[in-house]
Amino acid sequence: MARVGVFVCHCGLNIAGTVDVERVAEELAKYPDVVYATTYKYMCSEPGQKLLQDAIKEHKLDAVVVAACSPSMHEETFRTAAGYAKLNPYRVEMANIREHCSWVHADEKEKATEKAIAIVKTIVEKVRENEPLKPVSIGVSRRVLVVGGGVAGIQAALDVANAGIEVVMVEKKPSIGGHMAQLSETFPTLDCSQCILTPKMAAVSKHPNIKLLTYSEIIDISGYVGNYKVRIKKKPRYVIEDRCNLCGECEKVCPVFVENEFDEGLSLRKAIYIPFPQAVPSTYIIDSEHCLGLEPIICGKCIKECEANAITYDMSPEYIEVEVGAIILATGYELYPKEKMAEYGYGKYENVIHGLQFERLLSASGPTGGEVLRPSDGKVPKRVVFIQCSGSRDPDNHMPYCSKICCMYTAKQALLYKHRVPDGEAYIFYIDIRAGGKGYEEFISRAMEEEGVIYLRGRVSKVFPEGDKLMVWGVDTLLGNKVEIEADLVVLAQAMVPSSGTGEIAKLLKCAVDENGFLKEAHPKLRPVESVAQGLFFAGAAQAPKDIPEAVAQASGAAAKAVAVVSQDELYHEPTTAVIDEDMCSGCEICVATCPFDAIKLNPATGRAEVNEVLCEGCGTCAAACPSGAAQLRNTKDVQVVRMIKAALGVSET
Amino acid sequence: MSEEGFEPKIVAFLCNWCSYAGADLAGVSRKQYPPNVVPIRVMCSGRVDPQFILQAFRDGADGVLVGGCHTPGDCHYLTGNFKAFKRVTLLKRIIAQMGIEPERLRLEWISASEGDKYAQVITEFVSQIKALGPLQLEVAHE
Repeated sequence: MARVGVFVCHCGLNIAGTVDVERVAEELAKYPDVVYATTYKYMCSEPGQKLLQDAIKEHKLDAVVVAACSPSMHEETFRTAAGYAKLNPYRVEMANIREHCSWVHADEKEKATEKAIAIVKTIVEKVRENEPLKPVSIGVSRRVLVVGGGVAGIQAALDVANAGIEVVMVEKKPSIGGHMAQLSETFPTLDCSQCILTPKMAAVSKHPNIKLLTYSEIIDISGYVGNYKVRIKKKPRYVIEDRCNLCGECEKVCPVFVENEFDEGLSLRKAIYIPFPQAVPSTYIIDSEHCLGLEPIICGKCIKECEANAITYDMSPEYIEVEVGAIILATGYELYPKEKMAEYGYGKYENVIHGLQFERLLSASGPTGGEVLRPSDGKVPKRVVFIQCSGSRDPDNHMPYCSKICCMYTAKQALLYKHRVPDGEAYIFYIDIRAGGKGYEEFISRAMEEEGVIYLRGRVSKVFPEGDKLMVWGVDTLLGNKVEIEADLVVLAQAMVPSSGTGEIAKLLKCAVDENGFLKEAHPKLRPVESVAQGLFFAGAAQAPKDIPEAVAQASGAAAKAVAVVSQDELYHEPTTAVIDEDMCSGCEICVATCPFDAIKLNPATGRAEVNEVLCEGCGTCAAACPSGAAQLRNTKDVQVVRMIKAALGVSET
Repeated sequence: MSEEGFEPKIVAFLCNWCSYAGADLAGVSRKQYPPNVVPIRVMCSGRVDPQFILQAFRDGADGVLVGGCHTPGDCHYLTGNFKAFKRVTLLKRIIAQMGIEPERLRLEWISASEGDKYAQVITEFVSQIKALGPLQLEVAHE
C-alpha cells in the first residue's frame, strides 16, 4: 500500500476560478491509497513547497501528486522540493488541471471539476506504481570533435581548445578556411576576409590542444553523450605534409589542368596543387582523381622535381579512431545548384555567374588579381545586373526560405564593383531589402545613396544572350514598368543550402534535420545551438543561413556548451528507461528491431534481450511492441497505463 | 443512433514532446473546447500499445485519440510517430471487425506550436462521437 499525498493548487484564480479545488481534494481524499489531500493558493511558492515538504514528513507520504499546471512548467520544482524532504523525486508526479482543464473549460465549471478529478485520479494511479529511481551515471571523455573547418568550426575549436580541452577537428577538404577564405571583403566594414581569417587558421594548426585532420571524413560514429566513438578516414594526399616546402616546382611540370574549385571554376589548377597560398595545412596535395594514374611509368614528372622528397605515390588511407564527449557540427553551406536555375541561364551562359564567383573576381588572390573581368572574353563589364533571391523565397519553384546574407553581400559586391569600375553601372533586382544587423542598414544606404548603385524592386523573368551581351527582362514593381537591361555580366545571389556533408553526418548521428535539410535545433528560441540529442551542438550555416558574425557567435555558444558537457566528472541520464523481464522474454528480438537508438541487444549467453540504459532514451516503443510484456518502460509500465485508463473512464479497480 | 444529452467519454494518449505540449499551448492561449477528453501523457506516440486502445474501449471509452509529432521528421525519438501510424492503421481494421466504428479511433499529428489545432481536433472529435452515439459493446467479463 502506497501513502499518496495530493496537493491541489488554486493557482490564484487560474484554476480555482473554474475548478472547485476543494471538491477535487475531498474526492481524492476518498481515493484508494490517498492518505492526505489538501489545497493551497500557490503550490509553487516558497510556503507552498514548504507545505509539501512538511506534509511528506508528517503524513509519512511515499508518493506525491501535485495537481496544478503542466509538468513542463513545474515538475522539476516539485521533484526537487520533495527530494529535500527525503522523498525520491521519481515518486512525484504532476496532474495538469490548468492548461488541460481550467483554462480551456472556463464556462463549464461543473464539468471542468469532474474532468479535473479524473485527471488527478489517473496520476494517482501512475505515481503509486512509480519506482524510486536514481539517475544513471556515465563517465565522460574529455575531448570534443569539431566537424567542419570553416569559420564556425575554427571559432568553436579555438574556444574549446583555449578552455584547456582537447579538440579533434575534421575537415573534408584539403584545407580549412571554408567559404570565408574565398571572400574578398566582408560587409559592412569591408575588412579583407583573408586578413581576418588566416590568423585564426594558423592558430588552429599551431594550437597544442587541437588535432587537425584535413582531407578526412567521418565514416562512423557510435555512442552517446560523454562517450562517442568516432572513426575517421584520412585520405591520402600523396605529399608528406612535413616535408613539403611549398617551392611549387612540382606544379610547374604537372601536365594536367583541372577546374579550380577554390576559384569556383573561374581558373585552372594542376593535378598537384595547393588549394590557396594561405592553406592550412600548408602543403601541396595530389588530386588522385585527375593525376595521370599515380604511376611513375605514365608520368612521374612531379616526383622527379621534388627536392624535398615530399611526394610519394605509395600512400594509403589512414583510419583513426577517437573517443570524444561532445560533438560540434559546423558543416556549413553550399550554393543552390545551377542546374536548377534555368530561368536565369545559370550554367548555360558563361557570363551568368554566382555570388561566390564574383567574390573571386573581386579578390586580390583571385584569378584576375582583383580586377573585375567577365569570364567569356576577359573584358571589363560596364553594366552588371545583380539578381537577389535567386532560388530563395520561392516556395513554388525553389527554396521557401530567405538566405539572409544575400541582401548584404550583393550591396557589398555592387559597391566594390563601383570602386573597381567607376564608370560602370550596377543594377540590383530585389524583392525586399533585409538589413537587420549592426551597421547593415547604413551600409545599404551608402550603396544606394553614395555609391550610385541602382536598386530595382522586382523579379527578373528571363535572361538571354544577344550578341556578346545578356538581355535581362524584369519588372520594376514600384513604377509598374517592364525593365529591359542590356548587361555585360549577371551575378546571381544563389540560395544557401546545407552542405551535402551535413545530411551525411546527420544521418550517421541520427540527428534531425528540418524540411530544408538544415540541422534542427532543440528549441528555435531557447536552445538554438544544440540538438535534442545530448552532447551534440551546432555552429554556423549548417543550422540555418547566417552571416559571419552570427556563425562566430553561435560557434562560441556551441563551444561553451560542449565545454560544459566534457568538464563534468560524470554525466547523468534519465533513469526512466526500458527494462526487460528476463523470465518473460522469449528472445524474439522484436524490441531489438524496433528500438530507434540501438539500445537493446540480445545477450547471446542468456538468449534474452538486454537494455543499455545509457543509450535508451525512454520512448517506450519496445514496450508497445513486445508480444509478451517482458519489455516495460520504467514508470510508464503497462499496468500503470491500464490503471490510468480505468481512472480516466471512472472504472473502479475491482 | 445518437442519444439526447449524450456526453462521450474520450481518452487521449498524447506524446510528451508535441501533442501534450500542443494541448498546453491551447491552454495558454485559452482556446475553449469540450471537456469530454481526459489526456494521458506518454513519452512517445510509439509507446501506445494497441492493447491500451482496446482497454479504453473495453472500459467504456466512446472514442480514443492518439496524438503524436508530425511525420516525417518531428518525432523526438526519430520514428515513434511512424510506429504509431502503422499500429493505429492496423488496429482500425481490427476494431471494425469487432463492431467498433473505426472513426472512434483517431490519430493526429499535433506539434507543440499547434494549440489551435489541438482545440479544433478535440471539438471536431467530440461532435463526431456524439453523432455516432455511445459505443455499444458486448464485453464478456472474466
